Amino acid sequence: MAYDKFDILTSRVVPLSSENVDTDQIIPARFLKATERKGFGDNLFRDWRYDSEGNPKPDFVLNDPTYEGKILLAGKNFGSGSSREHAVWAIYDYGFRCVVSSFFADIFKNNCLNIGVLPVTVSPEFADELFEAVEADPATEVEVDINKQTITLLSTGKSEGFDINSYKKQNMKNGFDDIDYLLNLNDEIQAFEANR
Amino acid sequence: MENKTLFDKIWDAHVIKSIPNGPDVFFIDKHFIHEVTSPVAFLNLEKRGNKVMFPERTVATPDHNVPTIDQDKTIKDQLSRMQVEKLRQNCAKHGIELHDLGTDHHGIVHVIGPELGITQPGMTIVCGDSHTSTHGAFGTIAFGIGTSEVEMVFATQCIMQAKAKKMRITVDGELGPGVSSKDIILYIISQISASGGTGYFIEYAGSAIRSLSMEARMTICNMSIEMGARGGLIAPDETTFDYLKGKDFAPKGAAWDEAVAYWKTLKTDEGATFDLEYHYNAVDIEPMITYGTNPGMGVKVKDHIPTTEGMKESVKKSYIKSLDYMGFKPGEPMKGKKIDYVFVGSCTNGRIEDLRTVANFVKGKKKADNITAWIVPGSREVEKQAMAEGLVQILEEAGFKLRQPGCSACLAMNDDKIPSGKYAVSTSNRNFEGRQGPGSRTLLASPLTVAAVAITGEITDPRDLIEELALEK
Repeated sequence: MAYDKFDILTSRVVPLSSENVDTDQIIPARFLKATERKGFGDNLFRDWRYDSEGNPKPDFVLNDPTYEGKILLAGKNFGSGSSREHAVWAIYDYGFRCVVSSFFADIFKNNCLNIGVLPVTVSPEFADELFEAVEADPATEVEVDINKQTITLLSTGKSEGFDINSYKKQNMKNGFDDIDYLLNLNDEIQAFEANR
Repeated sequence: MENKTLFDKIWDAHVIKSIPNGPDVFFIDKHFIHEVTSPVAFLNLEKRGNKVMFPERTVATPDHNVPTIDQDKTIKDQLSRMQVEKLRQNCAKHGIELHDLGTDHHGIVHVIGPELGITQPGMTIVCGDSHTSTHGAFGTIAFGIGTSEVEMVFATQCIMQAKAKKMRITVDGELGPGVSSKDIILYIISQISASGGTGYFIEYAGSAIRSLSMEARMTICNMSIEMGARGGLIAPDETTFDYLKGKDFAPKGAAWDEAVAYWKTLKTDEGATFDLEYHYNAVDIEPMITYGTNPGMGVKVKDHIPTTEGMKESVKKSYIKSLDYMGFKPGEPMKGKKIDYVFVGSCTNGRIEDLRTVANFVKGKKKADNITAWIVPGSREVEKQAMAEGLVQILEEAGFKLRQPGCSACLAMNDDKIPSGKYAVSTSNRNFEGRQGPGSRTLLASPLTVAAVAITGEITDPRDLIEELALEK
């Protein structure tokens, strides 16, 4: 369904440097029982964020008031494992609009683009720089510009380009998903199916 | 004519339109759905006033979130019950075939599709589940999708994705005794890593792959996603055709002959190129087990946990975090570690061949006292067959608890959870933190290795027991 348009995002950054963060960590399976898209943000990183009694774990970054922002800076191979879109719903509903990593899992990245979370792939070196900058100063701001396809560390002005195909870019900028496009191809699809 | 890979042939035949600098509009032959990733798709479909375009191309079954006991009774957990109810309502409303709990064809979606002959070579298959790659064993392009895409398939029978890059993994030679297809795939993932297949679709080839049964091929394709690949496939051959012949939904009579003639064209042309190739020798593959929290963290059962020597600082941090979670230390041997649970089941290894392997091994033996042993057939069909072959009795006599079909402890959405801190050696596909229940510690292995662990109560190379048994005789 429709989501907020993505244009230029300037925000502080929440760093999560662990590698191979799988979608079971982002949203554990036992929180997938809903029949509507509601409340997933509350369970984002549930088992890292809360202990078994439901008390916040103070050492987890989302519970650390030092860090906030709409950009999640993640380690390598973020979003691996299950295809559950609920993982991206949890990220979006929590308040993130952009995830930055040097490497994304494939299905996760697709799911992000389908619901309005911008996945920004940066070089491992730039990822390291971002982590270091945020560690040194948690108030560090980063600008993600989808028009220019750049991500910039505002404190140093250091910038890097990122890839997104022009079709998905238009969707993100307009808050569209693929359904409308596909519905317009109704006749072609019907004809194709008839020949199967 | 251009030399094409098997993947090219199937992909290209399903593209309705290519968007320049964008994805392909890709037609889906068969769509499997289950109770967890479909309800929001149905909801959004209706909100937008759309209909399911080709209901006959979708097949449903509840599997992820169902109890594995008392399936004939009302589901106790309220949320689970609502989700299964919702699936029933949605299927009835939209005219979708449902293989419901307790019916003859019920089971894990990736077990029943092949078993019923719904999965056929050359098809494109999707499901809101990453282990959809299982169906690739039949020479299909099959992969997991998100809920937004489930809605797209409902509304238009298409999704929009860019074509993946192509990888071929060739395994040649003969597998040693006690080594199975699960060991092949765990070995490959340990070599390539949990992210090494990202962006690729994999074709598995070579004499070791060709020699495998359909069940064994499914295990391999199933875990393609565990190295990050979108999916994996194997060219169909006589083994495939023999498996499909006579299945409920397979073509019959003249249609069968016509289908087989087409299926025989589904192979990679001589001289077709891949973006990346790997070659392995079957003789190098031995029983495998994982020690960490992603499927790439695997070693031979007889080996030690790798040390951190030469590891980059950033990698080392995640590595130690993972071992801490597991309660292991670098350099420790795997063999002899005490285990609490064994789980046989899932879309990876919950088929009849897997139950046979375990039953043959544990026949006349008893599970160790410290082990709780669960066995969950992948489908009603598997359950029925296991009863008919006397496997159920053997397994129960050995101390295994047989449960009813479903995904069960593979992802622990239902009550089949491994308690916090406990160790489970499991035939499933993911050893992520908490995957089998909050705090649970999972070690992935083959059905044979799991059977050996059940008997000894500790990590065991199944070949050691086979040798002992041979000596006793």
